[in-house]
Amino acid sequence: MTDRVSWTVALLAIAVAVVGLSERPAMAQATLDNKSEAKAESPPVEEAETEPKPGNPPQPPSDVTAIDRPDDAGTGIIVKWSLSPDDVAKVDEGQTRKVIRYEILRQVDGQDDFTLAGEANFQKSSFNDLKCDPNSSYIYQVVAVENEDSKSTPAAAATEVSPVMQWWDTRRTWFLVILLMVCGAVIQFIRLARAGRSLKVRKIAGLEAVNEAVGRATEMGRSCLFIPGILDINDMQTVAGITVLSRVAGLAAEYGASLEVPTSRSLVMTTARETVQAAYLGAGRPDAYNEDNIYYLTDEQFGYVAGVTGTMVRDKPAACFYMGAFFAESLILAETGNSIGAIQVAGTAMPSQLPFFVAACDYTLIGEEFFAASAYLSGEEHQLGSLKGQDVGKMIGVTLVVVGCLVASLASLSGGDNALHDVVSFLTDNVLGDKGFLP
Amino acid sequence: MSDFFRNLDRRWIFLVMGLSVAIPMLMGVVFPEEPSQEVLDVFNAVEDLEDGSNILMAYDYDPASKGELEPMAAAFVRHCAEKTHKLYFITLWPAAIPMLQKNIEILNREYPEYTYGEHYVNLGFRPGNEGVIKVVVTDLKKLYGNDVAGTDLNELPMTANLKNIQGMDLIVNVSAGTPGTKEWVQYAGTPFDIKMVAGVTGVGYTPLVPYVPAQLTGVLGAIKAAAEYEEAVLQNYPELRKNPATQEGLRRMGPQLVAHMLIITLIIIGNIIFFMDRKRGVA
Amino acid sequence: MKRTVPLVIAAVTGFILIASYFIPYAQSWGEEAMIWFDILAAIAFVLGGGNLLKMHLQKISNRRAGWGFSIVTISAFLITLFIGLSKMGVNPAEKFPEWSWSGDYLQEGGGFKWMYDFIYLPLAATMFSLLAFYIASAAFRAFRAKNTEALILLGTAFIVLFGRTYAGIYVSQPIIDGLASITGAEVESLMSLRLDRITSTITQVFILAGNRAITIGIALGIVSLSLKVLMGVDRSYLGSEE
Repeated sequence: MTDRVSWTVALLAIAVAVVGLSERPAMAQATLDNKSEAKAESPPVEEAETEPKPGNPPQPPSDVTAIDRPDDAGTGIIVKWSLSPDDVAKVDEGQTRKVIRYEILRQVDGQDDFTLAGEANFQKSSFNDLKCDPNSSYIYQVVAVENEDSKSTPAAAATEVSPVMQWWDTRRTWFLVILLMVCGAVIQFIRLARAGRSLKVRKIAGLEAVNEAVGRATEMGRSCLFIPGILDINDMQTVAGITVLSRVAGLAAEYGASLEVPTSRSLVMTTARETVQAAYLGAGRPDAYNEDNIYYLTDEQFGYVAGVTGTMVRDKPAACFYMGAFFAESLILAETGNSIGAIQVAGTAMPSQLPFFVAACDYTLIGEEFFAASAYLSGEEHQLGSLKGQDVGKMIGVTLVVVGCLVASLASLSGGDNALHDVVSFLTDNVLGDKGFLP
Repeated sequence: MSDFFRNLDRRWIFLVMGLSVAIPMLMGVVFPEEPSQEVLDVFNAVEDLEDGSNILMAYDYDPASKGELEPMAAAFVRHCAEKTHKLYFITLWPAAIPMLQKNIEILNREYPEYTYGEHYVNLGFRPGNEGVIKVVVTDLKKLYGNDVAGTDLNELPMTANLKNIQGMDLIVNVSAGTPGTKEWVQYAGTPFDIKMVAGVTGVGYTPLVPYVPAQLTGVLGAIKAAAEYEEAVLQNYPELRKNPATQEGLRRMGPQLVAHMLIITLIIIGNIIFFMDRKRGVA
Repeated sequence: MKRTVPLVIAAVTGFILIASYFIPYAQSWGEEAMIWFDILAAIAFVLGGGNLLKMHLQKISNRRAGWGFSIVTISAFLITLFIGLSKMGVNPAEKFPEWSWSGDYLQEGGGFKWMYDFIYLPLAATMFSLLAFYIASAAFRAFRAKNTEALILLGTAFIVLFGRTYAGIYVSQPIIDGLASITGAEVESLMSLRLDRITSTITQVFILAGNRAITIGIALGIVSLSLKVLMGVDRSYLGSEE
């Protein structure tokens, strides 16, 4: 039932997107009409004087246009203009700038007054007005400012323009395509696994060692220590850590080992308690569960580390698991664990901390292996299917890298403008960039 | 001798490391620094902006990483002040509020012409981690109605017409972890095409290199880069050399050199012992 | 029901947040969801603080091993809370002089600021600086040239350790000058052999390549796990075996 709900919601979301896409052509045309109208009715550009006269206000900018800002929720208009002739790139020694900024004024819905919409620095020729209402229409003027008492006449406003709401951010279309391919692969392999197809997953030494570590702790009569990282439950590394905790707690319950879980966040403590309790229940040892073994220390990073290392030095756990997001405290934890002779298994997706764990721990799950841990430890076929789906994602990445490098290399060797350059531009600007779905 | 090293108590190592850092620091040993291209990229990102540009100073570090990051944070403030840029201070870390204040005190002390509300503003901290970035990038006043002193942002000249941070000419992020540079790149710099430079700790540097130069104009990594950046600033603004506070990073390179040499020595000794034991084992 | 409701909430919220990334009109929905999470997390502070107090008070009353430390913990917790909430030593803000609690709790001269400057700041800096000591002991213990890969790793470590200090320039510049004079090449053309430049090359080519690969793998792992969580395939975070 839950799968059906998830699918229904996903399909609804996609349906909304499709409806939005189908309405785009009409809105786009309206936008284009505005653009062309704005351009057609721009006032004639006055002959610009080449030398600014001292004491006179600056000359006004020209060619003011206002168009709807694309790919937004109808709250933006882009105002562009040609620089005032007095706005020069470099000012002579001893001279002061004639134009220090531009003021962008707007009139809303045909009201009498023009109010200040914003300012732009000198040498800037565009401004994004993001305080618009899709139900209103605007006329813009641009004024070149030397100081409060010296401003140009307003550059003639473009014709009225209304911001238009777009239902789809076209810059992110390719991102959606790749995301659907990866997610589709994951879902497809889960379905194949559920249908009975057997999937081969390589051994991950760190996860194979979890049994050994808990067993060692049981034999030595010492506890296991599990640290689910220092970030909150909204971070996927913490979620991955909690899923590993579920398996470790199940093993600890089965073997009769004591498990301690100091947490750095209150929500993580709550989640960890539920997880461990369910694991003990699942192992048939609800009596052995003690909620005081899962406790909150502090949110503060080094306060937490001080508390945990104190616990390690006093209680001397035989097995230490570091599964989650870690920062500078990773080496402190690992070295302390090493000094008490514990077997240490670490897993994190923080590339900066991996070297410390690799150097100081017995086993380390590197990046992707850590996210695979819950699927791997569960041994459930449909979870293992998701690992295969990840591999498809990697193949897409590798293909893009290889094809892209090949084409880019050939393009640079071929020289001149040709189809290869177009392909490279398409890959960098559209597929990997934000210039839209098509060039 | 070899037995001593074979069974070496780690507390001897800690003692020698402590002396390696303390003695050069007390002696005030300073070495010359030559700014590398990576550091110059960051320097030029600030230097090439027109005077008076709008800079978002996102300082996300706490007292723990103050030793490594404060020199570069201060160098950024001084550099921007020399260029008379308008500075908007903001942080995603609650423990960074005094860090912001310390850097603002540099402006108060050394740049009296800088006026609050006209040249700089302290927006302070709001809880929410990267959620704060997602909000301020579209509607800043939804989260920041007031500055740290409780002044309505609509009353300050700098922020009266500020809808969001998309109009910033540069984001300068000094970060010790998460939320930090990665989040600023992911939710502000890249989606909204805002130029960005960052200064991070040594371990935080390598994960950010993939973002350079497309998403991050440049990154300063660790105290070495901070020292080089200070040197770049001092080369371009020599009058700052009179102020000893502008060379904090440069002063910390002395202990760094000695500590690095110690680590190399320890590794060599450890491997000598290892090979001696292996040879004995084979024999 | 106990398992289904959280799963539905997770699925609906998750897919809405995904949709909001692509649909401009829905962008603010994602921000609203983040604010809801912040409210939950803020309320959870109270839960965590209560648990901390309960645990340590039980330890003190039962006189379990280490109960003296629990007294220190609770005292520090309560003193900090009291000084912070009561804003001891904080003067009223200039804009609101009639309200004694209007000043910023981190105001210079206030009790909380004193604790921050003289207790929290030195403690945090001390804990962070432990890394320097642990790095040295880890290097002595763990960096062994056991095989070819380890040897390459050690060599790289030496280059980077030298290159990140003045010693790199001091040692390699004379070698480069010597090479230039022997071969007759320009010094500038051989500068890429200087240790600090080699360090940059290692960072920006080799480490970058490895980091990019790891980052891609991590991102795919996150996508896969997130999808499993949203679809309810992986429910171990709920504490369920089903």
